[in-house]
Amino acid sequence: MAAQKKAARRKKAAAPKPGVRATRKTYQLQEARVVVETRGAGKPLLLLHSEDRYEHNTPLIDELARNHRVIMPWMPGFDKSTLPDSVTSIEDISYLYLDLLDRMKLTDVTVLGFSVGGWIANEMATKNCSRLKKLALVTPVGIKNGGPYDRDIEDIYFHRFDVVKKMKFHDIKKDPRVLTEMSEAEAMDEARARETTAQLCWDPYFHNPSLRYRLNRVTVKTLLIWGANDGIVKPAYGRAYAKKIPGAKFVSIPKAGHFPHVEQPDAFMKILRPFLR
Amino acid sequence: MEFYHFTEFPWPYLPPEDEYTSMRVNLPSKVYDPDIGADLYNSYLDQHLLADELGLNCMINEHHQTATCMNSAAPLSVAIVARETKQARICILGNPAANLRDPIRCAEEMAMIDNISHGRLECGFVRGVPYELFGSNCNPTETSARLWESIDLMKKAWTTHDGPFNYEGKWIHKRQVNVWPRPYQEPHMPIWMTGGSDVNHATRSVESGYTFTMFLTPTAGMKKMFDGVRANLKKKGLPKPSDDLFAFMPLVAVGETEEEALKFVQQVFWYVTHNKAEPQFRAPPGYVETNLYANFLSGKFSGGRTDAIRTKGMDYFRDNGVAVFGTPDQVVKQLKKIYKDIGGFGHLIAMLHSGDMPYKDAAKSMKLFAEEVAPQLKDIGNVSDKVGPLKDRGRPVPAAKFSGRTEALEAARAKTGVPVRSPNKKKSRAA
Repeated sequence: MAAQKKAARRKKAAAPKPGVRATRKTYQLQEARVVVETRGAGKPLLLLHSEDRYEHNTPLIDELARNHRVIMPWMPGFDKSTLPDSVTSIEDISYLYLDLLDRMKLTDVTVLGFSVGGWIANEMATKNCSRLKKLALVTPVGIKNGGPYDRDIEDIYFHRFDVVKKMKFHDIKKDPRVLTEMSEAEAMDEARARETTAQLCWDPYFHNPSLRYRLNRVTVKTLLIWGANDGIVKPAYGRAYAKKIPGAKFVSIPKAGHFPHVEQPDAFMKILRPFLR
Repeated sequence: MEFYHFTEFPWPYLPPEDEYTSMRVNLPSKVYDPDIGADLYNSYLDQHLLADELGLNCMINEHHQTATCMNSAAPLSVAIVARETKQARICILGNPAANLRDPIRCAEEMAMIDNISHGRLECGFVRGVPYELFGSNCNPTETSARLWESIDLMKKAWTTHDGPFNYEGKWIHKRQVNVWPRPYQEPHMPIWMTGGSDVNHATRSVESGYTFTMFLTPTAGMKKMFDGVRANLKKKGLPKPSDDLFAFMPLVAVGETEEEALKFVQQVFWYVTHNKAEPQFRAPPGYVETNLYANFLSGKFSGGRTDAIRTKGMDYFRDNGVAVFGTPDQVVKQLKKIYKDIGGFGHLIAMLHSGDMPYKDAAKSMKLFAEEVAPQLKDIGNVSDKVGPLKDRGRPVPAAKFSGRTEALEAARAKTGVPVRSPNKKKSRAA
């Protein structure tokens, strides 16, 4: 009886909804082995997850996969992607992802990048826009607007975990991750993700000092989406960021922090949907 | 066995503990009063002068942005002690080599101090406790490797005497390295390292001929590490490392009576009880191994010396060999037991002062230690053939005849036949 139930569960798990099942493929890009998950079919959409990696499993992907081929690389040092010694910066990763677009022979790609993923998207676009069509950037980091004494990006390493959570979320109950409730495997994933982030973003702190001066090279249609209550990077930072990218539009979502797609998914899709059309 | 006096140069006048969140990293400097602090600095330096008079060696360390340790630039204190003492070996433990942006500057400082002290410097390097990474802004994922790169470069700089060399490593780039002065000791100062739970790091240190040090570690933990090193070296077919490649620092207090010793050790215990820190300062990502960090994130590992240990009290510390206190004979007995239990060590760094312990109490404990404890233990432990006993290291001017002043130096040197001026210098002048 138990075996039957088990078999039934297996059968159910093995029967994916059309266009929703993810395939995983590993690409050798320079010295890194990068795991790429792909879902759906249609126009190519490169989804670059945030350092907090909330994105690959959200209902958001379900909707995007209905009319897009959603391509989701795991950043080197995350999941099963390797971080070789030769990759020492976010800029290095942008070259790997440009290689990935070449390898997959993708054109007219929309890039949807979250936080550090948004930074990578900008690094890519400032180097080569030829395979890109649009950029949707959600609370991207990566530049410094203020003077040397200004703290443009909050120091997530300096504060207690509960304080950082309040900076990241307007409503902390919306955080899908509770550190003390993680399984051992989840804790290892989280630890590795945080180590990789620190390795690549500790200094200069979550930015590339050169990037702001070459944002003029982003020649594709760009939208920046911000959480009105983001305590990590304030909306003012986002507005200044948008001003540096030719023609970029800035939209802010009320009652949302650094991850507006997690806290206000409906409002988020309402903004993103028309932009993707 | 060699003995070192140690005080961490504490700032003991703190607000009530519930009025601050951490002793380290974020405690504002308005808590520090220069009127009192200036006297404290000089009082702590006086302790080292007393250590020298008593025949003890000195150990000086460095921390940043903390009331636990006012020595934010240890080479300065070490330089003063080098000038003002006559015989003591002076151990800096250590230079935060992983966090230094310019290790060559460090190589120069150490070489100068070695010369000023006539070869009495024991040069330690540390990776630095996790708290240091917030002030130094060094990347916690890199410090282990960076420590070794810095030390290797400094060693090369100390031992290269034929002009500039090129260095373009992973973190440090220098195109013309030519350190002046060269060290007084040949080929360079003895090197010391510290460590916590990483036995491979400890093994690499000892294998490199560096003295490996552990602080305030329970006997069982010390044994595990030191035995681990000995076993690893044996596996590599290397000889058993001598005792003087291992050092240990407990809290130490010696009194004429047990009551007096207890009074002293309770003052030293300030270091343990006043160590409040915010948890995230103890484990920035990449500082500890990934599995430990995972446990830290999920709340199963609190990182470093924790609140639980802080509250365990004096008996726990004595039973585990972390605090050694009593009458001279009791202290001798405890130290012999620790020596036996952990399979040997050659350097005892005695933390004889902490908190607001008055100079006179520290001085009494130090005097009893130097006069009644050290003589009973000095013949314990073996020394390596390679570096030899401390007293024979360097090329010191006969200490008894050296007052540290020019006149005495010239007289002592004339007598020992060591030329006061280099013959090369004369030659170049003639030319």
